[in-house]
Amino acid sequence: MKGYRHAASGVLVPLAALAFWQLLSTMGWVNATILPSPGAVVVKWWAYLRPLEAFDPNQGSYLKWCFTGELIQDTIGSLYRVLVGFAIGGGLALPLGLAMGYSRVAYGLFNPLVQVLRPIPPIAYIPLSILWFGLGNPPAVFLISIGAFFPVLMNTVAGVQNVDSIYLRVGRNLGANRLTQFTRIILPAATPYIFTGARIGMGTSFIVVIVSEMIAVNNGLGYRILEAREYLWSDKIIAGMFTIGLLGLAIDTLMSSLSSHLLKWHRGLEQG
Amino acid sequence: MSDPASHISIQGVHKVFESGGQEVHALRAIDLEIPRGQFVCLLGPSGCGKSTLLNAVAGFSLATAGTITVDGTAITEPGPDRGMVFQEYALFPWMTVEQNVAFGLQIKGIDKAAIEDKVASLLAMLNLTDFRKRFPKDLSGGMRQRVAIARVLALDSPIMLMDEPFGALDALTRRNLQDELLRIWTELKKTIIFVTHSIEEALYLADRTVVMTYRPGTIKRDLMVDLERPRDVSSPAFNALKKELSHLLMEEQTRHNQAEFKGAAVD
Repeated sequence: MKGYRHAASGVLVPLAALAFWQLLSTMGWVNATILPSPGAVVVKWWAYLRPLEAFDPNQGSYLKWCFTGELIQDTIGSLYRVLVGFAIGGGLALPLGLAMGYSRVAYGLFNPLVQVLRPIPPIAYIPLSILWFGLGNPPAVFLISIGAFFPVLMNTVAGVQNVDSIYLRVGRNLGANRLTQFTRIILPAATPYIFTGARIGMGTSFIVVIVSEMIAVNNGLGYRILEAREYLWSDKIIAGMFTIGLLGLAIDTLMSSLSSHLLKWHRGLEQG
Repeated sequence: MSDPASHISIQGVHKVFESGGQEVHALRAIDLEIPRGQFVCLLGPSGCGKSTLLNAVAGFSLATAGTITVDGTAITEPGPDRGMVFQEYALFPWMTVEQNVAFGLQIKGIDKAAIEDKVASLLAMLNLTDFRKRFPKDLSGGMRQRVAIARVLALDSPIMLMDEPFGALDALTRRNLQDELLRIWTELKKTIIFVTHSIEEALYLADRTVVMTYRPGTIKRDLMVDLERPRDVSSPAFNALKKELSHLLMEEQTRHNQAEFKGAAVD
């Protein structure tokens, strides 16, 4: 019962906001080009989602046809860039972070450079990325990987550095060599931090993909909402924004349920 | 020279720390010969160096001077021949109960079937079988400490070092685990060094209670506890010993307090 009441109160504010928005439109208080009505957005959203051509069995399966809609294609394009960029950025940050967290020498070598580069927003790399990679996916993926790199790196370093020394003492007491200490104690102990870094990195990747699509490529959700502006299609802009929001929410929910599944041991942890 | 009958021989051990630019003498001239199978309690107020001495035997923090030998071999590093149980349990939270217990055996490189057998029998011994798939966060303090004991027992080490292992437990759980520990000790005949600041715990468990002084840590009294087991904590003999130790400990506690107040005044 309590759960239902909680859920019910959760939709109250969004519904009120929607009603207010609808009111603005029906009363004609705002120009429909500036702010279209919720209904108009939904209509446009559907048009954006459904396939442009009629179904033709000669062109392939029905399922394939379902995915030919512009919105689906844009979403796939954006997701692809996010995943590739995140995999590259995170994939480079993880081993470097482990090394920097574990070895004082590695930390001393790399930390100054990291501290200089870290405050540079990924977006500031746009001009250089276009100079280096031209247009298309490569500069977008480059920017996204920079966005993912630093959160994963910093959290991995912190995770390894913050491993409670008591675990290492136990490891030595049980006769673990350095390799076993690293793989069976340091690595699992650092995973909560690493997952936090991955989640933040994924969030950053998602921001950067939208920006990079506005500049370097001609598909994807970021590109589409910018394109819609050229035609003054504010309904499509808003439909695109909601899609971006829902996709972001879906990715974050997925990341967090994945991490709470893998970190079953960690939830509600007070002490070892 | 070390007594050949000794299992653990501690000779002329000094330990000096650097703390805030000052030298702190944590241990001074400690001599202790511990025969095989003896249950020794180190008793004293905090700051008397009892944990320091235990850590020196464990090999975590070596003595500044003097030697500690086990079966005649000097200690240079920690090792699975001296399993340690910590006050804060220190279970690996990412491992289940059985994984925690199996970890030391996996390091030894024993084959899988043998590990499973060993773990199963240890879990049974400590009444943990029903909890074997649980993570430490889902266990009570007493259960966690059982797991920590099982993890050390898995090593088959002839020596068990225990650093106030029951300090954080409530009185009933504590007595319960003390009895289990005595049962295990009787069965497996290990040499145990057990650090505590509880007089009653020391007298209940130990063959021998070593009372230590506040800084520098020295041996104030080395007392053989000849009471019959199981010990009756309400017996006149038990209480006579308790009173005697209580008096000794109080003197050290007073020195501890004075030092703290002095320290506070300087700060």
